[in-house]
Amino acid sequence: MTESNLKLNFGPQHPAAHGVLRLIMEMDGEVIINLDPHIGLLHRGTEKLAEIKPYNHSIGYMDRMDYVSMMCCEHPYVLAIESLLDITPPKRAQYIRVMFDEITRILNHLLWLGCHGLDIGAMALFLYCFREREDLYDAYEAVSGARMHATYYRPGGVYRDLPEEMPQYKANKFISEKKVKRLNYNREGSLLDFIEDFTNRFPSLVDEYETLLTDNRIWKQRTVDIGVVTPERAMQLGFTGPMLRGSGIEWDLRRNQSYEVYDELDFLIPVGVNGDCYDRYLVRIEEMRQSNMIIQQCIRWLRENQGPVMIGDHKYRPPKRDSMKHDMESLIYHFKHFTEGYSVPEGNTYKAIEHPKGEFGVFLLSDGANKPYRLKVRAPSFAHLAAIDEMSKGHMLADVVSIIGTLDIVFGEIDR
Amino acid sequence: MDNQRKIEILEKKLEAYDIDVSLNQSNPEIKVNREQLIEVSHALKKNEAYEILIDVIAVDYLTYGNADWKTNDATHTGYSRAVKPTIIPDIDDTFEDRFAVFYQLLSVTDNQRLTLKVFASESNPPTVPSLIDIWSSADWFEREAFDLMGIHFEGHPDLRRILTDYGFIGHPFRKDFPTNGNLEVVYDEKKGEVVYQPVSISTRPGVPRVIRNQND
Repeated sequence: MTESNLKLNFGPQHPAAHGVLRLIMEMDGEVIINLDPHIGLLHRGTEKLAEIKPYNHSIGYMDRMDYVSMMCCEHPYVLAIESLLDITPPKRAQYIRVMFDEITRILNHLLWLGCHGLDIGAMALFLYCFREREDLYDAYEAVSGARMHATYYRPGGVYRDLPEEMPQYKANKFISEKKVKRLNYNREGSLLDFIEDFTNRFPSLVDEYETLLTDNRIWKQRTVDIGVVTPERAMQLGFTGPMLRGSGIEWDLRRNQSYEVYDELDFLIPVGVNGDCYDRYLVRIEEMRQSNMIIQQCIRWLRENQGPVMIGDHKYRPPKRDSMKHDMESLIYHFKHFTEGYSVPEGNTYKAIEHPKGEFGVFLLSDGANKPYRLKVRAPSFAHLAAIDEMSKGHMLADVVSIIGTLDIVFGEIDR
Repeated sequence: MDNQRKIEILEKKLEAYDIDVSLNQSNPEIKVNREQLIEVSHALKKNEAYEILIDVIAVDYLTYGNADWKTNDATHTGYSRAVKPTIIPDIDDTFEDRFAVFYQLLSVTDNQRLTLKVFASESNPPTVPSLIDIWSSADWFEREAFDLMGIHFEGHPDLRRILTDYGFIGHPFRKDFPTNGNLEVVYDEKKGEVVYQPVSISTRPGVPRVIRNQND
């Protein structure tokens, strides 16, 4: 360190750090020379905890990995168990999972867009984004009972079918009948009607965000040519998802290594050109539109096709409450399911999905017990944050905030 | 091309090395000696276009196959047999076949995944050569495996702890490290500061660990 260089601490409690990120920055004036991220302040040892619990108990912990795209984190965990058990969920369950994966993608990208904008000074956008997130949270709540940590996917399907009616607002002394009627306008029908109403409104709302940002001079000054990553470096650094596509590599697990029913759906994969923050912003905006289209296709399919949402084998699903009351075998299955769970055959597997942030994977090693022997979560943000040093070298301090924003990091999954 | 054929081709291309190729869930899994890990990785990246190192996974095989209670016979003891601690720490300083590292590779060009498996050395600390010169993303993945599992990656320029607390002792994901940890943080009113003390809780399994065959 020469005399003119300055060491600066950033975080861990800083609003632009997107959680508990601590950066030790070596600076020459306002230019970054070296950047050392200190992570682990949110380390909860989830993978170790999973080793002392039966498989199904850890589904809820997966929600808390990336806590802004909850169901997408359950998905690879459930897929990994399914691949070791060699079971396939019914088609309706697969469509429901895909629909909620895409709802989650929009949820995640809206939060990212709002916070990224807020960091760089586009205040109003944050409020608009959170307005739309509210509707998607209601969809989560209607289907699982929880607005954030859904615990909705199960090995062999999903917890329950989509509800036929939406919960509605009720009038009280603070909210008049007239206002309640207005609030409930899209809640008269089923959950699918509610989501469909959202997907009809959403494209024009994305246009609205774009009018605020895409051609905005300040936005461009803050993002164009900031944090450029070449395609070769992006692969070398283990980038996946929008970070890789922003650098111009057309790679999407939904298309290339299709899982569930993505091969039956019609969607495009946006790709960037320059690999800077602005391109990644455009990629994510377009992904929201594509997700919206996927959701519409899922709604159409789900309307036309009824069926089970969980496989019938009572080894993996608890039996119906009333069959338990008069059927001995059901009672035994129920008892076994809730005291011991199911055993998974010996072997290891790695399953990954296209999470909103990149490739979210789960490595599962089983020795044949009812608990995982080793669980390892591959978090996309972990690899992305590791590259922050390379991406911000030579940039100004203020650009680090842009780069943190464009990485789309969440500490739940980085620290695990 | 079917999977079996893919394996044969891969085996032929890598026949110069002492490796064992098998098929795991439709993807090849290669068991490799740690002496040849770097050469094989080089070959995989250069010739087979495995551009991305997706993840590095360290596994501790100390209690592999141990169950809290046996399921094949009747027993006369109660639930307490699941509560008693069953993990015996390694007392001698050799770790034969105890620590393994899995590398998940991805080829964007060929749309193919591959797993590399290597056992760490028996010496203390268990050692594996670092792949940081081949894939830059190995940097943090190896730091994490070092921090949580105590595997030494030879040739890594900056092998610091990454996830655990400053000044942490031990490697928490090893099987002989208790799940509830060794130290807890409390506020000491007399001293007027936060202090470390031995943990006051113990782990009690809610559900015993049971190994069953699919047909039992």
